[in-house]
Amino acid sequence: MAVITRERPVVDRPPPVPRKSYPKWARRAPLLPALIFLIVVTQLPFVATLVISFMKWNSLDPTNRGFAGFDNYVNVFTDPDLRSSIVNTIVLTASVVLISLVLGLGLALLLDKKFRGRGFVRTMLIAPFLVVPVAAALIWKHVLYNPEYGLFNGILNWLGFDAQPDWISTMPMSAVVLSLVWQWTPFMMLILLAGLQSKPIEPVEAATIDGASSFQIFRYLTFPHLRQYLELGGLLGSIYIVQNFDAVFTITSGGLGTANLPYMIYQTFYQAHEYGEASAAGVIVVAGSILIATFALRVVSSLFKEETR
Amino acid sequence: MSSIRTPLLRTFGAATAVLLLASACSGAGGGGGGADSVNVLMVNNPQMQDLQKLTADNFTKDTGIKVNFTVLPENDVRDKISQDFSSQAGQYDVATISNYETPMYAKNGWLAPMDDFVAKDSAFDQADILEPIRQSLTAADGKVYAQPFYGESSFLMYRKDIFEAKGVTLPEKPTWQQVAEAAAKVATPEVRGICLRGQPGWGQVMAPLTTVVNTFGGTWFTKDWQAQVNAPEFKEATKFYVDLVRNYGEAGAPQAGFAECLNNMTQGKVAMWYDATVAAGLLEANDSPIKGKLGFTQAPVVKTDSSGWLYTWAFGIQKASKKQDAAWKFISWASGKGYEELVGKNLGWSKLPDGKRSSTYQRAEYKQSSGSFSAQAEAAIKGAKPLNPGVQERPAPGIQFVGIPEFTDLGTQVSQQISSAIAGATSVDDALNNGQGLAEKVAAKYKGQ
Repeated sequence: MAVITRERPVVDRPPPVPRKSYPKWARRAPLLPALIFLIVVTQLPFVATLVISFMKWNSLDPTNRGFAGFDNYVNVFTDPDLRSSIVNTIVLTASVVLISLVLGLGLALLLDKKFRGRGFVRTMLIAPFLVVPVAAALIWKHVLYNPEYGLFNGILNWLGFDAQPDWISTMPMSAVVLSLVWQWTPFMMLILLAGLQSKPIEPVEAATIDGASSFQIFRYLTFPHLRQYLELGGLLGSIYIVQNFDAVFTITSGGLGTANLPYMIYQTFYQAHEYGEASAAGVIVVAGSILIATFALRVVSSLFKEETR
Repeated sequence: MSSIRTPLLRTFGAATAVLLLASACSGAGGGGGGADSVNVLMVNNPQMQDLQKLTADNFTKDTGIKVNFTVLPENDVRDKISQDFSSQAGQYDVATISNYETPMYAKNGWLAPMDDFVAKDSAFDQADILEPIRQSLTAADGKVYAQPFYGESSFLMYRKDIFEAKGVTLPEKPTWQQVAEAAAKVATPEVRGICLRGQPGWGQVMAPLTTVVNTFGGTWFTKDWQAQVNAPEFKEATKFYVDLVRNYGEAGAPQAGFAECLNNMTQGKVAMWYDATVAAGLLEANDSPIKGKLGFTQAPVVKTDSSGWLYTWAFGIQKASKKQDAAWKFISWASGKGYEELVGKNLGWSKLPDGKRSSTYQRAEYKQSSGSFSAQAEAAIKGAKPLNPGVQERPAPGIQFVGIPEFTDLGTQVSQQISSAIAGATSVDDALNNGQGLAEKVAAKYKGQ
């Protein structure tokens, strides 16, 4: 893999210095400020969140603050809204990642061919990913889905259909998924396109000479080569979409059964002012994400390995 | 292959953790400022942005007191205030709080009472402040803890031209049944009968709906903290509201909040709109396509005399502030009559931070710019009863909300159910039975007290 060969670049050796005068810690000392900074901005907040998650803490009720034990965690797991938000998060993440991976793969395969105006088409296709997420959600809510002046119903009207469906109310989850797929397909496409363009041409030529069909070339050469790129796209996409807040907040305001975990945490923190419970939910999300990122990928990659061997 | 797998994973694992945690925590900035300065924390509404523009050239020039503004969106302001005020850190001397928070913050001991300042400052003229607004900023101990910057109630706005064309009339004080009949008569496929909020949120659908519940005789809680969310009156009111929106309301109602209804009304897609009085100024603005075509009535009623809500953004002083005198001077200026005149002359009379003083409604220039609705708006605010908005006694102040910290969460959770009912995804009965369970949990906390 190309990445490996670049992992250890040749570094100019410093002029020979008598080693013994520098103990190990002195050579590493210059890294210390960066390490401290990293700990301060990442690990301390995590420890603080952990501590708060074990506390009774409603910001508007300062007299009733203290240690709560596992109460917050019990509340999080017994709250039916929070449980359904976990399911929503899984449904949302899985469907967005899978659909945008499939669409992104198709687009990447098309863009891998040479044609006039390829650069222009590529730029246009990337555009949705560059839109600020909350702006994208607003575009979908108002410009496209709105039943009164939205473009979808405008097109239906223009084509001569009388039906003017209320898109978000009738299919809230699909509406959120669709807007996210629109944003994330370009991301998947970019990663897969990079994979396609790093593919060596010789095996394909050899396969063609041996009489392989284009589907066979895709199935036995291109697809295995793309495997790690698909994994990477799936993993990065999952990490970001698990956290998605903008689309749910803007399009449905968490109503109609679309509230996901980040939205519930927002609601617990900003509406309920329950800092303890929100922290507990946050800790659970982190634990869940790390767990999924570790195990899911290991499972997926081992499956692929067995298949391609 | 496997050589990079593990480090890669670790990196992403760590990255996930970092990204998720970063959103969970936020720190506080530095305080300070000189002796002749006050730190003000404000919500970023347009009226506050005007205030920010006018302060240096007027207030600071006259008094020598420098004002440092921190301007944030509503949710962030609430969060920042509760952080700074609960620890009494004294970073901010003055903060904008609404009539929802004022009594609670005062009870927590976060605010400085203003009675002494008011008594010494005759130019401020406390008696000129509209009574319901003053009442809503007074805590249980009878002291005033905040001074209003602007205030609003709710009323019914309708298209006079459409009503005339259809031969439909509305009385000065319509009942909800009359409004529903009118909606049925004026509704056409192109123009819906009425716009009512359906977007989830305690400040969205729950605000107008709670005023409807009040006037139908319902309440969230009785005086002795019995939850009443699935009581017959609450249910009747909610069914009425949901049916009205489903039959004659705007398209896309489950997502429609203030902004969406404003849009629908401005574009002529609806014939009536029940919402905040501040909306009238936007509908009658010079660039509005429906300017001059509007009629206004008081909030529709059923069992009560009036049913408009009451909301005000006001200035409170942090108890721990060491610059309370300077802070009062700023508040006295910003909430005073002189500031209204300053805005009128510099920025236009339609931009006046109105809805708080009787004298505002006597100004000739103001009447000229807001004549079509100012009398109705004034009557709506004057008719509001923040301590007794329904047919029964209440355990906490508030018209379109219940003045307890738990209400933002309770209201929002119930509102999501109501929004689903408006979408037809659940029934009103199920929505309110779920809501009752949530309300009972809240009530249990207070019952013993």
